[in-house]
Amino acid sequence: MTPLVRRRKREPSKRARNGNRPARHPLAKAPTGISGLDEITHGGLPRGRPTLVCGGAGCGKTLLAMEFLVRGAVEYNEPGVFMSFEETPDDLVENGRSLGFDLQRLTTHRQLLLDHVRLERSELTEAGEYDLEGLFIRLGHAIDSIRAKRVVLDTIELLFSGLSDRALVRAELGRLFRWLKTKRVTAIVTGEGDAGHLTRHGLEEYVSDCVILLDQRVMEQSATRRLRIIKYRGSAHGGNEMPFLIDDHGVSVLPITSLGLAHQVSTAHVSTGVAGLDAMFGKKGYYRGNSVLASGTAGTGKSSLAAHFAEATCRRGERCLYFAFEESASQIARNMRSIGVDLEPWVRRNLLRVHAQRPTALGLEAHLVAMHRLIEDWQPQVVIVDPVTNMTAVGSDVEVKAMLARLIDFMKLRHVTTLFTSLTEGGRAAERTDLGVSSLMDVWMLLGNLEMNGERNRTIQIVKARGMAHSNQVREFVMTDDGIKLVDVSRRADGSVAIGSARGAQQVPSRGGRRKSE
Amino acid sequence: MKNGARRTWHLRLYVAGQTPKSIAALANLKRLCEEHLAGRYRIEIVDLQKQPHLARRDEIVVLPTLVRQLPQPIRKIIGDLSNQQKVLVGLDVTPGEPEA
Repeated sequence: MTPLVRRRKREPSKRARNGNRPARHPLAKAPTGISGLDEITHGGLPRGRPTLVCGGAGCGKTLLAMEFLVRGAVEYNEPGVFMSFEETPDDLVENGRSLGFDLQRLTTHRQLLLDHVRLERSELTEAGEYDLEGLFIRLGHAIDSIRAKRVVLDTIELLFSGLSDRALVRAELGRLFRWLKTKRVTAIVTGEGDAGHLTRHGLEEYVSDCVILLDQRVMEQSATRRLRIIKYRGSAHGGNEMPFLIDDHGVSVLPITSLGLAHQVSTAHVSTGVAGLDAMFGKKGYYRGNSVLASGTAGTGKSSLAAHFAEATCRRGERCLYFAFEESASQIARNMRSIGVDLEPWVRRNLLRVHAQRPTALGLEAHLVAMHRLIEDWQPQVVIVDPVTNMTAVGSDVEVKAMLARLIDFMKLRHVTTLFTSLTEGGRAAERTDLGVSSLMDVWMLLGNLEMNGERNRTIQIVKARGMAHSNQVREFVMTDDGIKLVDVSRRADGSVAIGSARGAQQVPSRGGRRKSE
Repeated sequence: MKNGARRTWHLRLYVAGQTPKSIAALANLKRLCEEHLAGRYRIEIVDLQKQPHLARRDEIVVLPTLVRQLPQPIRKIIGDLSNQQKVLVGLDVTPGEPEA
């Protein structure tokens, strides 16, 4: 019996006592143990029911199904039967090894049973009416012999090519899925789709509780895998496409972290690294755990701002992980030295790590996983992504935004303060960041080059800062040998802010407050 | 092809209990054997309900399944064997074997 049922016994609801109507209770679920999949399904697959996992050839159905059994056996003490219509047990063992699973050992310990069903039409003569009772007996015996709680049928559609009587196979499959429910096993049934159809023979008609679609496509020369829960009857589920990876750790669906906005927020502050900018945020800087966006066109000082933030972090003795997608580590160090920010000592003291990589070197989710792993391994307090816009080189805007949302969730859970720089293309409206990612951010700063009176002057303004009093001014800043310096505000007689040379011409003393005076 | 196949035919019929299909299959098989293989056949019935482990060992999915164990090679015929022509082809029995 599932714990759910037991809980109901202790605390019977009125409806349950009435007996005539079932009590409303959440669907019992069987955790897959697959990284990320249990989060997006809110607990796993429907317990005691079949789930359809479909997708094209080579999309990872078999491996996902196998991991479901292996994790079930190892982590949840639920033995499983893998009935393969395609691959031989030897092949399966071999495939399992590539994910780090020892299927051989699991079979000897009776936690797993591999059965290869071979059905070759050329080797069979059909002479009269038949049914698939043999399959039922075979599977039933396999389940009973190891007290299996989980079953995989991969891919049962091959029955259609092995037998000529389609109507019969169809009817028998319907019977099989009903029978599986009576056996109370949690099952994954795989099916191969083609253009426009989830599965070739409409398996989705029989397996109606939960349908998961896998997909592999090649974009910008890199293969990306996607997973989407098409249907999950009686359960909330994310309907978005989630990237997933298959590597020597098995399948990982991103996000690795839980979705949602349940993270704890901090009221502690961290310095931006620029004194004048801290003052704009009420003298304190960003909140710890904030996600900060600094956007601007080329050459507006985004990387410099990032370097200041990195240095301030290290100065506090905290770790900063700097993802550089545009420049090499040494190039960043050289450039920053020119404005008086020396990052080298922090690298030597292992407080700063610059991870420079061309965005195109990996697919989008591979990037995300690499970032997750680095963050998880090194546990930095501050992460800088410079620039996040380069991610568009490997994904569409929508995908990049989804990826950012996951990354931000992940960092917030860890109270990592993150600075993203974003390159606005010239000619575009400055406040329209290319990604439309600003909504994901807690703090958004806009850096600009103001061109007037024959000169270009650098400006910075805070567009938003959640939960913080912040300056509403467009401030001028200069790059000095000693780093970024905000220039004192100088006002004309009419109250407007004077910028550049105009400032010197003004005799009005600086006020620097939030309000217009007089 | 003529009298060369004077050995015993060993036929194994897999069924699951006494279903209409399994009863029909056995009756059809017996009739066919009497007509074409009189005196040189042996029928073994395997009831998978009683011996479920044999389904996996003997690679059975569909029922009823008739397996020609001997003569070699093994051949499989599925169904209630109502189509005698196909059974004969499947077993590779020459219809109406010539009298001795």
